[in-house]
Amino acid sequence: MAKTGTELVKRGMAEMQKGGVIMDVVTPEQAKIAEAAGAVAVMALERVPSDIRAAGGVARMADPTIVEEVMKAVSIPVMAKCRIGHIVEARVLEAMGVDYIDESEVLTPADDKFHINKKEFTVPFVCGCRDLGEALRRIGEGASMIRTKGEPGTGNIVEAVKHQRMVQAQIRRVQGMSEDELMTEAKNLGAPYELLLEVHRLGRLPVVNFAAGGIATPADAALMMELGSDGVFVGSGIFKSENPEKFARAIVQATTHYQDYGLIAELSKGLGTPMKGIELSTLGEHERMAGRGW
Amino acid sequence: MSKIGVLALQGAFREHKRLFEMLGAETVLVKLPEHLEGIDGLVIPGGESTAIGRLLREYALVEPIRRLAVEGMPVMGTCAGMIVLAKEIVGAPEPHLALMDIRVNRNSFGRQRESFETDLDIPAIGAPAFPAVFIRAPHVESVGAGVDVLARYEDRIVACREGQFLALSFHPELTDDTRLHNYFLEMVAARQQLQP
Repeated sequence: MAKTGTELVKRGMAEMQKGGVIMDVVTPEQAKIAEAAGAVAVMALERVPSDIRAAGGVARMADPTIVEEVMKAVSIPVMAKCRIGHIVEARVLEAMGVDYIDESEVLTPADDKFHINKKEFTVPFVCGCRDLGEALRRIGEGASMIRTKGEPGTGNIVEAVKHQRMVQAQIRRVQGMSEDELMTEAKNLGAPYELLLEVHRLGRLPVVNFAAGGIATPADAALMMELGSDGVFVGSGIFKSENPEKFARAIVQATTHYQDYGLIAELSKGLGTPMKGIELSTLGEHERMAGRGW
Repeated sequence: MSKIGVLALQGAFREHKRLFEMLGAETVLVKLPEHLEGIDGLVIPGGESTAIGRLLREYALVEPIRRLAVEGMPVMGTCAGMIVLAKEIVGAPEPHLALMDIRVNRNSFGRQRESFETDLDIPAIGAPAFPAVFIRAPHVESVGAGVDVLARYEDRIVACREGQFLALSFHPELTDDTRLHNYFLEMVAARQQLQP
């Protein structure tokens, strides 16, 4: 008897993406460039995060036409974003055969209290986090992959670094605790107790843990790998750069060979201008996306 | 003790490393040609075959791996690894390592929502059935004369062996069942006995 949508099948899919780069694309042509550069998956969107920021208003799931065109254009997996808590957008993407859904803070949340119960779905989900408690709440709801939130569409790595450092430091702390201390720690972190026990035993999250939100250069991607990420998402960083093909290839190679600094130097030569980027202090509280999610 | 290289460009290489170490083998992660030095066997893990194929070429790994393999070094490929080993890939302009006389169809069980786990009979490793995890898995459409079919799922070839090469559509590295990794280590040991 074949079983679909099991935890092993959903988490296993994310395991296959490790060490790779997942790129945001808005057209089939961009998807082909990403695939040729060695991306392990593409995220099909109507707008990249920096354009969502610029456009303002309510950001929703992409037009299914765009997602479908991207699915037809490439053989690598295709992901798409739904709004936090928007069960129907997620069901629509699942019905279309999308390979992974990102329940994403980049879009305007549809529910200000609850995330989607992701265990009910056959398609796997990835969710963002800023700390271990948030990561384990999402896994508790059925997320099969976790990524840092960073601050999307800024081209500024500082928030992704902060979130990955926070998660890693909290994992090390939990690993070193006595089992007697874990229930109180679960309460303090706002994390499901059973999942915290698993982190204590494994010394890592029970699912794949990527970096996202602000990666703009090969060195940024390598930095996130150095800090313990299993792979990276690059949103606006590729197709908002001066030379997307070169950036895409260089970021893929820097992610694989993240400790080969001579190589990263070579890869970074003459790449052209990266996306412009935003200094975080110039961003008002209401303009930040990372605070979305509960 | 055998030293197994695990191709670590992208994908589930840590999981293969874990299973081989559970069986007492030494492992080395292979990212560059110099990491192939002194290995007795090589594993190409699951991942994305286009990404792995691209990085194999960028880092000039294709020729050194082919040379060692043609000289007799055992190579195992799982999922994307099966695609990388094939001489022919349906719908792709060119193969990657082109070591096995098999014609492979990518994503032949559908997209992720159709990915599944099942119990698979593999006579070569005996009972009980193997817990096989298929993730956007390929299958072998046809095999050359020298290829032994080890397992089929719904009439599709999902495991086969050609001399020192072993290809699997599914992911034994995601389970705790070490029988197929052990089977590969036996292939490696048999080859080591032949060498002076």
